[in-house]
Amino acid sequence: MILHRRKLLTAGAGLMGTALLGGCDRFAGTDTGRRTLQVGEDANLYVQRLLMGPATLAREFPAAMISPWFKPNGTIDPPDRAYRALAAKAFADFKLTVDGLVETPLSLSLADLRALPSRTQITRHDCVEGWSCIGQWAGVPLAELLKRTGLKPQARYAVFHCADTLEYAGSQDGAFLRPGQPGAVREAYVQLAAAEDWGGAPTATDAPAADWGQGSPDPEPDDKGRPIRYYESIDLYDAVNPQTILAYDLNGKPLPVSNGAPLRLRVERQLGYKQAKYVMRVELVESLKGLGQGGGGYWEDRGYEWYAGI
Amino acid sequence: MAASPALEAPETVDRHGRRWFYRHPLVIRLAHWINAVVLLVLLMSGLQIFNAHPALYWGAVSTFDDPALAITSEQGGDGKSRGVVTVGTHSLDTTGVLGLSRGAGGADVERAFPAWATLPADQDLATGRRWHFLFAWLLVINGAVYLLYGLFSGQLRRRLIPDGDQIRDFGGSVKEHLLLRFPEGTEAKRYNVIQKLTYLVLVLGLLPAMVLAGLAMSPGMDAAWPWLTELFGGRQSARSVHFIAAGLIVLFVVVHVLLVLVSGLVNNMRGMITGWFSLGRDRETAR
Repeated sequence: MILHRRKLLTAGAGLMGTALLGGCDRFAGTDTGRRTLQVGEDANLYVQRLLMGPATLAREFPAAMISPWFKPNGTIDPPDRAYRALAAKAFADFKLTVDGLVETPLSLSLADLRALPSRTQITRHDCVEGWSCIGQWAGVPLAELLKRTGLKPQARYAVFHCADTLEYAGSQDGAFLRPGQPGAVREAYVQLAAAEDWGGAPTATDAPAADWGQGSPDPEPDDKGRPIRYYESIDLYDAVNPQTILAYDLNGKPLPVSNGAPLRLRVERQLGYKQAKYVMRVELVESLKGLGQGGGGYWEDRGYEWYAGI
Repeated sequence: MAASPALEAPETVDRHGRRWFYRHPLVIRLAHWINAVVLLVLLMSGLQIFNAHPALYWGAVSTFDDPALAITSEQGGDGKSRGVVTVGTHSLDTTGVLGLSRGAGGADVERAFPAWATLPADQDLATGRRWHFLFAWLLVINGAVYLLYGLFSGQLRRRLIPDGDQIRDFGGSVKEHLLLRFPEGTEAKRYNVIQKLTYLVLVLGLLPAMVLAGLAMSPGMDAAWPWLTELFGGRQSARSVHFIAAGLIVLFVVVHVLLVLVSGLVNNMRGMITGWFSLGRDRETAR
Protein backbone atom coordinates (compact mmCIF):
# COMPACT_ATOMS: atom_id res chain seq x y z
CA MET A 1 0.00 0.00 0.00
CA ILE A 2 2.70 2.41 1.07
CA LEU A 3 4.85 1.25 -1.79
CA HIS A 4 2.02 1.95 -4.20
CA ARG A 5 1.44 5.36 -2.78
CA ARG A 6 5.15 6.09 -3.03
CA LYS A 7 5.21 4.93 -6.65
CA LEU A 8 2.20 7.07 -7.37
CA LEU A 9 3.83 10.08 -5.76
CA THR A 10 7.04 9.53 -7.69
CA ALA A 11 5.22 9.08 -10.97
CA GLY A 12 3.07 12.13 -10.21
CA ALA A 13 6.11 14.27 -9.44
CA GLY A 14 7.80 13.07 -12.60
CA LEU A 15 4.77 13.89 -14.71
CA MET A 16 4.39 17.29 -13.11
CA GLY A 17 8.07 18.02 -13.69
CA THR A 18 7.85 17.02 -17.34
CA ALA A 19 4.67 19.05 -17.86
CA LEU A 20 6.22 22.03 -16.11
CA LEU A 21 9.39 22.01 -18.16
CA GLY A 22 7.66 21.16 -21.42
CA GLY A 23 5.41 24.09 -20.55
CA CYS A 24 8.49 26.29 -20.07
CA ASP A 25 9.66 25.57 -23.61
CA ARG A 26 6.19 26.21 -25.05
CA PHE A 27 5.88 29.44 -23.05
CA ALA A 28 9.26 30.65 -24.32
CA GLY A 29 8.01 30.10 -27.87
CA THR A 30 5.03 32.46 -27.57
CA ASP A 31 5.11 36.24 -28.03
CA THR A 32 4.13 36.80 -24.40
CA GLY A 33 6.83 34.38 -23.35
CA ARG A 34 9.47 36.18 -25.37
CA ARG A 35 8.38 39.56 -24.02
CA THR A 36 8.40 38.25 -20.44
CA LEU A 37 11.84 36.71 -20.81
CA GLN A 38 13.07 40.05 -22.18
CA VAL A 39 12.36 41.79 -18.86
CA GLY A 40 15.67 40.45 -17.52
CA GLU A 41 17.58 42.11 -20.37
CA ASP A 42 15.87 45.46 -19.77
CA ALA A 43 16.73 45.25 -16.07
CA ASN A 44 20.35 44.39 -16.86
CA LEU A 45 20.70 47.36 -19.22
CA TYR A 46 19.07 49.76 -16.77
CA VAL A 47 21.04 48.67 -13.71
CA GLN A 48 24.41 48.36 -15.44
CA ARG A 49 24.03 51.86 -16.89
CA LEU A 50 23.20 53.12 -13.39
CA LEU A 51 26.44 51.61 -12.14
CA MET A 52 28.66 53.06 -14.87
CA GLY A 53 29.04 56.30 -16.78
CA PRO A 54 29.36 56.77 -20.55
CA ALA A 55 33.13 57.11 -20.15
CA THR A 56 33.67 54.20 -17.73
CA LEU A 57 36.38 52.00 -19.22
CA ALA A 58 36.62 48.24 -19.31
CA ARG A 59 39.63 46.87 -17.48
CA GLU A 60 42.92 46.97 -19.36
CA PHE A 61 45.58 44.34 -18.75
CA PRO A 62 49.41 44.25 -18.78
CA ALA A 63 51.09 42.99 -21.97
CA ALA A 64 52.26 39.86 -20.12
CA MET A 65 48.65 38.68 -19.90
CA ILE A 66 47.98 38.71 -23.67
CA SER A 67 46.63 35.29 -24.74
CA PRO A 68 49.06 33.34 -26.94
CA TRP A 69 46.15 32.50 -29.28
CA PHE A 70 43.17 34.77 -29.83
CA LYS A 71 40.37 32.34 -30.64
CA PRO A 72 38.61 33.32 -33.88
CA ASN A 73 34.88 32.62 -33.75
CA GLY A 74 31.86 33.05 -35.99
CA THR A 75 32.96 33.75 -39.56
CA ILE A 76 36.68 33.10 -39.86
CA ASP A 77 37.05 33.31 -43.64
CA PRO A 78 34.29 35.25 -45.43
CA PRO A 79 33.22 33.46 -48.60
CA ASP A 80 32.04 36.66 -50.32
CA ARG A 81 33.68 37.44 -53.63
CA ALA A 82 33.79 41.20 -53.03
CA TYR A 83 35.52 40.65 -49.72
CA ARG A 84 37.99 38.17 -51.18
CA ALA A 85 38.92 40.63 -53.89
CA LEU A 86 39.74 43.20 -51.22
CA ALA A 87 41.69 40.68 -49.12
CA ALA A 88 43.71 39.55 -52.15
CA LYS A 89 45.12 43.07 -52.43
CA ALA A 90 45.76 43.36 -48.68
CA PHE A 91 42.78 45.72 -48.47
CA ALA A 92 44.55 48.42 -50.49
CA ASP A 93 41.21 49.17 -52.21
CA PHE A 94 39.21 49.01 -48.98
CA LYS A 95 37.10 52.05 -48.08
CA LEU A 96 35.14 52.43 -44.88
CA THR A 97 31.90 54.34 -45.38
CA VAL A 98 30.42 56.40 -42.55
CA ASP A 99 26.99 57.65 -43.54
CA GLY A 100 23.32 57.78 -42.56
CA LEU A 101 22.27 60.53 -40.16
CA VAL A 102 25.56 62.43 -40.35
CA GLU A 103 26.29 65.96 -41.58
CA THR A 104 29.22 64.93 -43.81
CA PRO A 105 29.47 61.32 -44.96
CA LEU A 106 33.00 59.97 -45.10
CA SER A 107 34.78 57.34 -47.12
CA LEU A 108 38.17 56.40 -45.71
CA SER A 109 40.92 54.01 -46.79
CA LEU A 110 42.97 52.02 -44.28
CA ALA A 111 45.79 54.56 -44.74
CA ASP A 112 43.35 57.39 -44.00
CA LEU A 113 42.18 55.58 -40.86
CA ARG A 114 45.74 54.93 -39.68
CA ALA A 115 46.51 58.66 -40.10
CA LEU A 116 43.74 59.56 -37.63
CA PRO A 117 44.28 59.64 -33.84
CA SER A 118 44.49 56.09 -32.55
CA ARG A 119 43.97 54.21 -29.32
CA THR A 120 45.72 51.03 -28.17
CA GLN A 121 44.17 48.88 -25.47
CA ILE A 122 44.79 45.44 -23.97
CA THR A 123 41.39 44.09 -23.05
CA ARG A 124 39.59 40.84 -22.34
CA HIS A 125 37.21 39.50 -24.98
CA ASP A 126 34.29 37.65 -23.38
CA CYS A 127 32.38 35.30 -25.63
CA VAL A 128 28.69 34.66 -24.98
CA GLU A 129 29.61 30.97 -24.96
CA GLY A 130 31.68 31.51 -21.83
CA TRP A 131 35.34 31.63 -22.87
CA SER A 132 37.70 34.63 -22.72
CA CYS A 133 40.90 35.80 -24.46
CA ILE A 134 43.06 38.86 -23.85
CA GLY A 135 44.34 40.79 -26.86
CA GLN A 136 45.91 44.12 -27.70
CA TRP A 137 43.82 46.20 -30.07
CA ALA A 138 44.82 49.36 -31.92
CA GLY A 139 42.40 51.40 -33.97
CA VAL A 140 40.60 54.64 -34.49
CA PRO A 141 38.07 55.64 -31.84
CA LEU A 142 34.59 55.75 -33.31
CA ALA A 143 34.17 59.13 -31.58
CA GLU A 144 36.99 60.53 -33.78
CA LEU A 145 35.09 59.49 -36.89
CA LEU A 146 31.80 60.89 -35.60
CA LYS A 147 33.54 64.17 -34.74
CA ARG A 148 34.56 64.44 -38.38
CA THR A 149 31.22 63.48 -39.87
CA GLY A 150 29.08 65.35 -37.37
CA LEU A 151 25.74 63.91 -36.26
CA LYS A 152 22.24 64.87 -37.23
CA PRO A 153 20.11 65.46 -34.12
CA GLN A 154 17.96 62.35 -34.78
CA ALA A 155 20.95 59.97 -34.78
CA ARG A 156 20.61 57.41 -31.95
CA TYR A 157 22.43 54.26 -33.04
CA ALA A 158 25.52 53.31 -34.98
CA VAL A 159 24.91 50.30 -37.23
CA PHE A 160 27.83 48.20 -38.48
CA HIS A 161 27.44 46.52 -41.86
CA CYS A 162 29.89 43.69 -42.38
CA ALA A 163 31.30 41.82 -45.38
CA ASP A 164 30.67 38.24 -44.27
CA THR A 165 27.65 36.27 -45.42
CA LEU A 166 26.24 34.03 -42.69
CA GLU A 167 23.32 32.55 -44.54
CA TYR A 168 21.01 33.05 -47.49
CA ALA A 169 17.55 34.47 -47.02
CA GLY A 170 14.87 31.82 -47.14
CA SER A 171 17.28 28.93 -47.54
CA GLN A 172 17.16 27.73 -43.97
CA ASP A 173 16.07 28.94 -40.58
CA GLY A 174 18.93 31.12 -39.47
CA ALA A 175 18.07 30.45 -35.85
CA PHE A 176 19.54 27.02 -36.43
CA LEU A 177 22.99 28.60 -36.69
CA ARG A 178 23.89 29.61 -33.21
CA PRO A 179 27.25 30.49 -31.72
CA GLY A 180 26.81 27.65 -29.26
CA GLN A 181 26.12 25.14 -31.98
CA PRO A 182 28.73 22.65 -33.13
CA GLY A 183 30.30 24.22 -36.21
CA ALA A 184 29.32 21.57 -38.75
CA VAL A 185 26.21 23.28 -40.08
CA ARG A 186 27.85 26.64 -40.37
CA GLU A 187 30.88 25.18 -42.11
CA ALA A 188 28.66 23.49 -44.64
CA TYR A 189 27.08 26.87 -45.31
CA VAL A 190 30.34 28.65 -45.73
CA GLN A 191 31.58 25.99 -48.11
CA LEU A 192 28.37 26.31 -50.07
CA ALA A 193 28.77 30.06 -50.21
CA ALA A 194 32.38 29.76 -51.29
CA ALA A 195 31.53 27.24 -53.97
CA GLU A 196 28.83 29.51 -55.35
CA ASP A 197 31.18 32.43 -55.23
CA TRP A 198 33.96 30.79 -57.14
CA GLY A 199 31.69 28.85 -59.47
CA GLY A 200 31.50 31.78 -61.84
CA ALA A 201 27.72 32.13 -61.82
CA PRO A 202 26.77 35.63 -60.76
CA THR A 203 25.22 35.50 -57.31
CA ALA A 204 24.01 38.10 -54.90
CA THR A 205 27.34 37.89 -53.09
CA ASP A 206 28.83 39.82 -56.01
CA ALA A 207 27.27 42.99 -54.62
CA PRO A 208 29.67 45.87 -55.13
CA ALA A 209 31.42 47.12 -52.02
CA ALA A 210 29.47 50.38 -52.01
CA ASP A 211 26.27 48.42 -51.45
CA TRP A 212 27.12 47.02 -48.01
CA GLY A 213 23.95 46.79 -46.04
CA GLN A 214 21.78 48.59 -48.60
CA GLY A 215 18.23 47.58 -49.22
CA SER A 216 15.69 45.97 -46.96
CA PRO A 217 17.21 43.00 -45.14
CA ASP A 218 13.74 41.65 -44.38
CA PRO A 219 13.38 38.38 -46.23
CA GLU A 220 10.84 38.97 -49.00
CA PRO A 221 9.57 36.14 -51.17
CA ASP A 222 11.52 37.44 -54.18
CA ASP A 223 14.48 37.87 -51.89
CA LYS A 224 15.23 34.18 -51.70
CA GLY A 225 18.92 33.53 -51.96
CA ARG A 226 19.96 37.07 -51.05
CA PRO A 227 22.95 36.84 -48.73
CA ILE A 228 22.43 37.91 -45.12
CA ARG A 229 25.66 39.48 -43.98
CA TYR A 230 26.61 40.15 -40.39
CA TYR A 231 25.25 43.36 -38.88
CA GLU A 232 25.42 44.83 -35.40
CA SER A 233 24.46 48.04 -33.64
CA ILE A 234 25.28 50.06 -30.53
CA ASP A 235 23.73 53.21 -29.15
CA LEU A 236 25.55 56.52 -28.83
CA TYR A 237 26.19 55.86 -25.13
CA ASP A 238 28.63 53.13 -26.17
CA ALA A 239 29.63 54.73 -29.48
CA VAL A 240 31.35 57.70 -27.82
CA ASN A 241 33.16 55.65 -25.15
CA PRO A 242 36.94 56.17 -25.57
CA GLN A 243 37.49 52.39 -25.79
CA THR A 244 34.99 51.98 -28.62
CA ILE A 245 37.34 51.71 -31.59
CA LEU A 246 37.46 50.32 -35.09
CA ALA A 247 40.54 48.15 -34.66
CA TYR A 248 42.99 47.54 -37.50
CA ASP A 249 45.77 45.90 -35.42
CA LEU A 250 45.71 42.88 -33.12
CA ASN A 251 48.74 42.29 -30.88
CA GLY A 252 50.83 44.80 -32.84
CA LYS A 253 50.16 43.27 -36.28
CA PRO A 254 47.56 44.01 -38.93
CA LEU A 255 44.33 42.25 -37.98
CA PRO A 256 44.27 38.74 -39.53
CA VAL A 257 41.30 37.71 -41.70
CA SER A 258 40.19 35.17 -39.06
CA ASN A 259 39.83 37.94 -36.47
CA GLY A 260 37.99 40.38 -38.75
CA ALA A 261 40.39 42.14 -41.18
CA PRO A 262 40.55 44.90 -42.16
CA LEU A 263 38.43 46.48 -39.40
CA ARG A 264 36.77 45.10 -36.32
CA LEU A 265 34.58 46.95 -33.85
CA ARG A 266 35.61 46.84 -30.20
CA VAL A 267 32.87 47.67 -27.64
CA GLU A 268 34.76 46.51 -24.61
CA ARG A 269 31.94 46.57 -22.07
CA GLN A 270 29.91 44.01 -23.99
CA LEU A 271 30.16 40.38 -25.14
CA GLY A 272 31.95 39.06 -28.20
CA TYR A 273 29.07 39.01 -30.68
CA LYS A 274 28.85 42.82 -30.44
CA GLN A 275 32.47 43.07 -31.68
CA ALA A 276 31.49 43.03 -35.37
CA LYS A 277 34.21 41.77 -37.75
CA TYR A 278 34.82 42.74 -41.41
CA VAL A 279 33.20 46.17 -40.88
CA MET A 280 32.58 47.87 -44.23
CA ARG A 281 30.15 50.60 -43.35
CA VAL A 282 29.01 52.52 -40.29
CA GLU A 283 25.50 53.87 -40.65
CA LEU A 284 23.97 56.30 -38.15
CA VAL A 285 20.24 55.69 -37.70
CA GLU A 286 17.38 56.87 -35.54
CA SER A 287 15.80 53.47 -34.95
CA LEU A 288 16.78 49.82 -35.37
CA LYS A 289 13.36 48.90 -36.77
CA GLY A 290 14.41 48.88 -40.41
CA LEU A 291 17.45 46.73 -39.77
CA GLY A 292 17.01 42.99 -40.26
CA GLN A 293 14.05 41.86 -38.17
CA GLY A 294 14.43 44.83 -35.83
CA GLY A 295 16.52 43.20 -33.10
CA GLY A 296 19.54 45.35 -33.91
CA GLY A 297 21.95 42.64 -35.03
CA TYR A 298 22.37 39.27 -36.71
CA TRP A 299 22.34 37.30 -33.45
CA GLU A 300 19.83 39.66 -31.85
CA ASP A 301 17.40 38.70 -34.62
CA ARG A 302 18.01 35.10 -33.59
CA GLY A 303 17.15 35.50 -29.92
CA TYR A 304 20.25 37.01 -28.32
CA GLU A 305 20.12 40.19 -26.24
CA TRP A 306 20.81 43.52 -27.94
CA TYR A 307 22.41 44.69 -24.71
CA ALA A 308 25.21 42.19 -24.20
CA GLY A 309 26.72 43.60 -21.00
CA ILE A 310 26.24 40.31 -19.17
CA MET B 1 19.08 28.04 32.77
CA ALA B 2 19.26 30.76 30.16
CA ALA B 3 16.46 29.68 27.91
CA SER B 4 16.63 30.77 24.29
CA PRO B 5 13.87 32.98 22.89
CA ALA B 6 12.70 30.08 20.75
CA LEU B 7 12.01 28.00 23.85
CA GLU B 8 10.04 30.78 25.48
CA ALA B 9 7.87 31.55 22.49
CA PRO B 10 4.31 30.62 23.37
CA GLU B 11 3.27 29.93 19.78
CA THR B 12 1.78 26.51 20.48
CA VAL B 13 -1.80 25.31 20.24
CA ASP B 14 -3.32 22.01 21.38
CA ARG B 15 -5.80 20.58 18.92
CA HIS B 16 -6.84 17.12 17.71
CA GLY B 17 -4.76 15.54 20.47
CA ARG B 18 -1.57 17.12 19.25
CA ARG B 19 0.52 20.09 20.19
CA TRP B 20 1.03 22.41 17.26
CA PHE B 21 3.77 24.98 16.81
CA TYR B 22 3.58 27.86 14.31
CA ARG B 23 6.98 27.17 12.85
CA HIS B 24 7.23 29.18 9.58
CA PRO B 25 5.82 32.70 9.09
CA LEU B 26 4.11 33.42 5.76
CA VAL B 27 6.98 35.47 4.29
CA ILE B 28 9.44 32.67 4.92
CA ARG B 29 7.10 30.04 3.46
CA LEU B 30 6.57 32.08 0.31
CA ALA B 31 10.28 32.84 0.00
CA HIS B 32 11.08 29.14 0.42
CA TRP B 33 8.81 27.92 -2.38
CA ILE B 34 9.66 30.76 -4.75
CA ASN B 35 13.31 29.99 -4.12
CA ALA B 36 12.78 26.30 -4.88
CA VAL B 37 11.23 27.02 -8.30
CA VAL B 38 13.71 29.80 -9.11
CA LEU B 39 16.73 27.63 -8.25
CA LEU B 40 15.43 24.80 -10.44
CA VAL B 41 15.04 27.13 -13.45
CA LEU B 42 18.44 28.72 -12.77
CA LEU B 43 20.11 25.32 -12.53
CA MET B 44 18.62 23.97 -15.75
CA SER B 45 19.14 27.15 -17.78
CA GLY B 46 22.63 27.36 -16.28
CA LEU B 47 23.46 23.88 -17.57
CA GLN B 48 22.15 24.99 -20.99
CA ILE B 49 24.57 27.95 -20.90
CA PHE B 50 27.43 25.73 -19.73
CA ASN B 51 26.79 23.42 -22.70
CA ALA B 52 27.72 26.24 -25.10
CA HIS B 53 31.34 25.89 -23.97
CA PRO B 54 31.59 22.84 -21.73
CA ALA B 55 34.98 23.56 -20.20
CA LEU B 56 36.20 25.38 -17.10
CA TYR B 57 39.43 27.28 -16.54
CA TRP B 58 41.18 29.15 -13.77
CA GLY B 59 42.32 32.78 -14.02
CA ALA B 60 41.32 35.65 -16.32
CA VAL B 61 41.27 33.80 -19.65
CA SER B 62 40.64 30.39 -21.20
CA THR B 63 43.60 28.09 -21.77
CA PHE B 64 41.86 26.07 -24.43
CA ASP B 65 44.33 23.15 -24.58
CA ASP B 66 44.43 22.76 -20.84
CA PRO B 67 41.02 23.13 -19.17
CA ALA B 68 40.54 22.41 -15.47
CA LEU B 69 37.40 20.48 -16.36
CA ALA B 70 35.90 19.52 -19.69
CA ILE B 71 32.85 17.51 -20.73
CA THR B 72 33.38 16.28 -24.28
CA SER B 73 32.76 13.37 -26.55
CA GLU B 74 35.44 11.48 -28.37
CA GLN B 75 35.76 8.69 -30.88
CA GLY B 76 36.86 5.42 -29.32
CA GLY B 77 39.10 2.85 -31.02
CA ASP B 78 36.03 0.92 -32.17
CA GLY B 79 34.70 3.96 -34.03
CA LYS B 80 31.96 4.49 -31.46
CA SER B 81 31.58 7.87 -29.77
CA ARG B 82 31.62 8.10 -26.02
CA GLY B 83 31.06 10.86 -23.47
CA VAL B 84 34.07 11.81 -21.38
CA VAL B 85 34.51 14.05 -18.34
CA THR B 86 38.09 15.24 -17.89
CA VAL B 87 39.25 16.81 -14.64
CA GLY B 88 42.90 17.77 -14.82
CA THR B 89 44.62 14.64 -16.09
CA HIS B 90 41.90 12.23 -15.02
CA SER B 91 39.10 11.21 -17.34
CA LEU B 92 35.92 9.26 -16.82
CA ASP B 93 33.58 7.57 -19.31
CA THR B 94 30.15 9.14 -18.84
CA THR B 95 28.41 7.98 -22.05
CA GLY B 96 24.64 8.33 -21.83
CA VAL B 97 24.65 11.20 -19.36
CA LEU B 98 27.54 13.62 -19.82
CA GLY B 99 29.22 14.39 -23.13
CA LEU B 100 27.05 12.07 -25.20
CA SER B 101 23.39 11.45 -24.47
CA ARG B 102 20.06 10.87 -26.11
CA GLY B 103 18.65 14.01 -27.68
CA ALA B 104 15.03 15.06 -28.12
CA GLY B 105 14.92 13.14 -31.43
CA GLY B 106 15.99 9.87 -29.82
CA ALA B 107 19.46 9.71 -31.38
CA ASP B 108 22.67 10.17 -29.40
CA VAL B 109 23.92 13.75 -29.56
CA GLU B 110 27.13 15.37 -28.42
CA ARG B 111 26.20 17.64 -25.54
CA ALA B 112 27.73 18.15 -22.11
CA PHE B 113 24.55 17.94 -20.01
CA PRO B 114 21.68 15.83 -21.33
CA ALA B 115 18.44 17.25 -22.74
CA TRP B 116 16.40 16.34 -19.65
CA ALA B 117 18.67 18.48 -17.46
CA THR B 118 18.66 21.68 -19.51
CA LEU B 119 16.22 24.51 -20.19
CA PRO B 120 15.33 24.61 -23.05
CA ALA B 121 15.82 20.90 -23.66
CA ASP B 122 17.35 21.50 -27.11
CA GLN B 123 20.66 23.26 -27.50
CA ASP B 124 19.57 26.93 -27.47
CA LEU B 125 21.97 29.28 -25.70
CA ALA B 126 19.96 32.44 -26.44
CA THR B 127 16.77 31.21 -24.75
CA GLY B 128 18.76 29.63 -21.92
CA ARG B 129 20.33 33.00 -21.19
CA ARG B 130 16.94 34.75 -21.17
CA TRP B 131 15.55 32.28 -18.63
CA HIS B 132 18.71 32.55 -16.56
CA PHE B 133 18.78 36.35 -16.29
CA LEU B 134 15.06 36.78 -15.62
CA PHE B 135 15.17 34.19 -12.85
CA ALA B 136 18.43 35.58 -11.49
CA TRP B 137 16.53 38.81 -10.85
CA LEU B 138 13.76 36.84 -9.12
CA LEU B 139 16.40 35.11 -6.96
CA VAL B 140 17.88 38.46 -5.96
CA ILE B 141 14.53 40.09 -5.19
CA ASN B 142 13.22 37.04 -3.31
CA GLY B 143 16.51 36.74 -1.40
CA ALA B 144 16.46 40.43 -0.48
CA VAL B 145 12.87 40.18 0.82
CA TYR B 146 13.82 37.09 2.86
CA LEU B 147 16.96 38.63 4.34
CA LEU B 148 15.38 42.01 5.14
CA TYR B 149 12.35 40.33 6.73
CA GLY B 150 14.60 37.92 8.59
CA LEU B 151 16.79 40.71 9.94
CA PHE B 152 14.05 43.09 11.03
CA SER B 153 11.65 40.48 12.43
CA GLY B 154 14.43 38.77 14.36
CA GLN B 155 13.57 35.51 12.57
CA LEU B 156 17.02 35.18 11.04
CA ARG B 157 18.69 35.33 14.45
CA ARG B 158 16.07 33.21 16.18
CA ARG B 159 15.97 30.53 13.49
CA LEU B 160 19.53 30.32 12.28
CA ILE B 161 21.99 31.52 14.96
CA PRO B 162 22.89 28.51 17.15
CA ASP B 163 21.96 28.97 20.82
CA GLY B 164 24.62 28.71 23.50
CA ASP B 165 23.55 25.24 24.68
CA GLN B 166 23.55 23.99 21.07
CA ILE B 167 27.14 25.10 20.55
CA ARG B 168 28.18 23.45 23.84
CA ASP B 169 26.57 20.16 22.76
CA PHE B 170 27.81 20.27 19.17
CA GLY B 171 29.29 16.76 19.34
CA GLY B 172 26.07 15.27 20.68
CA SER B 173 24.07 16.94 17.93
CA VAL B 174 26.34 15.56 15.21
CA LYS B 175 25.93 12.07 16.65
CA GLU B 176 22.13 12.33 16.80
CA HIS B 177 22.08 13.63 13.25
CA LEU B 178 24.22 10.80 11.92
CA LEU B 179 21.98 8.26 13.64
CA LEU B 180 18.99 9.97 11.96
CA ARG B 181 17.42 10.59 15.37
CA PHE B 182 15.36 13.74 15.22
CA PRO B 183 14.26 15.82 18.20
CA GLU B 184 10.66 15.75 19.26
CA GLY B 185 8.54 17.93 21.48
CA THR B 186 9.88 21.27 22.65
CA GLU B 187 13.31 20.69 21.16
CA ALA B 188 11.68 20.35 17.72
CA LYS B 189 10.66 24.01 17.91
CA ARG B 190 14.11 25.04 16.86
CA TYR B 191 16.48 23.75 14.21
CA ASN B 192 19.37 21.67 15.48
CA VAL B 193 22.84 23.19 15.36
CA ILE B 194 23.93 21.47 12.11
CA GLN B 195 20.72 22.55 10.42
CA LYS B 196 21.21 26.14 11.57
CA LEU B 197 24.81 26.26 10.37
CA THR B 198 23.94 24.67 7.03
CA TYR B 199 21.11 27.13 6.37
CA LEU B 200 23.38 30.01 7.42
CA VAL B 201 26.09 28.91 4.98
CA LEU B 202 23.43 28.61 2.26
CA VAL B 203 21.60 31.93 2.72
CA LEU B 204 24.56 34.10 3.72
CA GLY B 205 27.35 32.27 1.90
CA LEU B 206 26.53 30.10 -1.10
CA LEU B 207 23.57 31.96 -2.60
CA PRO B 208 25.16 35.46 -2.36
CA ALA B 209 28.45 34.01 -3.67
CA MET B 210 26.51 32.53 -6.57
CA VAL B 211 25.02 35.91 -7.50
CA LEU B 212 28.38 37.69 -7.15
CA ALA B 213 30.27 35.08 -9.19
CA GLY B 214 27.59 35.37 -11.87
CA LEU B 215 27.95 39.15 -11.96
CA ALA B 216 31.75 38.82 -12.03
CA MET B 217 31.44 37.13 -15.45
CA SER B 218 29.70 40.16 -16.92
CA PRO B 219 31.90 42.47 -19.03
CA GLY B 220 29.64 45.39 -18.05
CA MET B 221 30.03 44.67 -14.33
CA ASP B 222 33.76 44.19 -14.82
CA ALA B 223 33.91 47.75 -16.16
CA ALA B 224 31.73 49.15 -13.37
CA TRP B 225 33.14 47.08 -10.49
CA PRO B 226 36.52 45.61 -11.51
CA TRP B 227 37.19 44.57 -7.90
CA LEU B 228 34.39 42.03 -8.10
CA THR B 229 35.97 40.01 -10.91
CA GLU B 230 39.34 40.32 -9.15
CA LEU B 231 37.77 38.97 -5.95
CA PHE B 232 37.19 35.68 -7.77
CA GLY B 233 40.61 35.70 -9.45
CA GLY B 234 39.40 36.57 -12.95
CA ARG B 235 36.43 35.92 -15.22
CA GLN B 236 37.20 32.27 -15.88
CA SER B 237 37.75 31.60 -12.16
CA ALA B 238 34.41 33.27 -11.45
CA ARG B 239 32.79 30.95 -14.00
CA SER B 240 34.35 27.93 -12.29
CA VAL B 241 33.30 29.15 -8.84
CA HIS B 242 29.76 29.69 -10.19
CA PHE B 243 29.73 26.09 -11.45
CA ILE B 244 31.14 24.61 -8.22
CA ALA B 245 28.73 26.64 -6.07
CA ALA B 246 25.86 25.35 -8.24
CA GLY B 247 27.05 21.82 -7.49
CA LEU B 248 27.12 22.55 -3.76
CA ILE B 249 23.58 23.94 -3.88
CA VAL B 250 22.43 20.78 -5.69
CA LEU B 251 24.16 18.73 -2.98
CA PHE B 252 22.37 20.76 -0.32
CA VAL B 253 18.99 20.24 -1.98
CA VAL B 254 19.54 16.48 -2.25
CA VAL B 255 20.44 16.14 1.44
CA HIS B 256 17.69 18.58 2.43
CA VAL B 257 15.01 16.60 0.59
CA LEU B 258 16.28 13.28 1.94
CA LEU B 259 16.19 14.60 5.51
CA VAL B 260 12.69 16.01 4.97
CA LEU B 261 11.64 12.52 3.84
CA VAL B 262 13.18 10.62 6.76
CA SER B 263 12.27 13.13 9.46
CA GLY B 264 8.56 13.16 8.61
CA LEU B 265 7.50 14.19 5.12
CA VAL B 266 3.90 15.09 6.00
CA ASN B 267 4.71 17.13 9.10
CA ASN B 268 7.56 18.97 7.36
CA MET B 269 5.51 19.72 4.26
CA ARG B 270 2.53 20.83 6.33
CA GLY B 271 4.89 23.10 8.24
CA MET B 272 6.29 24.73 5.14
CA ILE B 273 2.87 25.06 3.46
CA THR B 274 0.55 26.10 6.33
CA GLY B 275 3.17 27.14 8.88
CA TRP B 276 1.90 24.65 11.53
CA PHE B 277 4.27 21.92 12.67
CA SER B 278 3.22 19.12 14.99
CA LEU B 279 5.37 18.68 18.08
CA GLY B 280 3.85 15.25 18.70
CA ARG B 281 0.87 13.41 20.13
CA ASP B 282 2.31 12.83 23.56
CA ARG B 283 1.56 15.75 25.90
CA GLU B 284 4.49 14.73 28.07
CA THR B 285 7.11 15.10 25.33
CA ALA B 286 5.38 18.13 23.93
CA ARG B 287 5.51 20.16 27.08
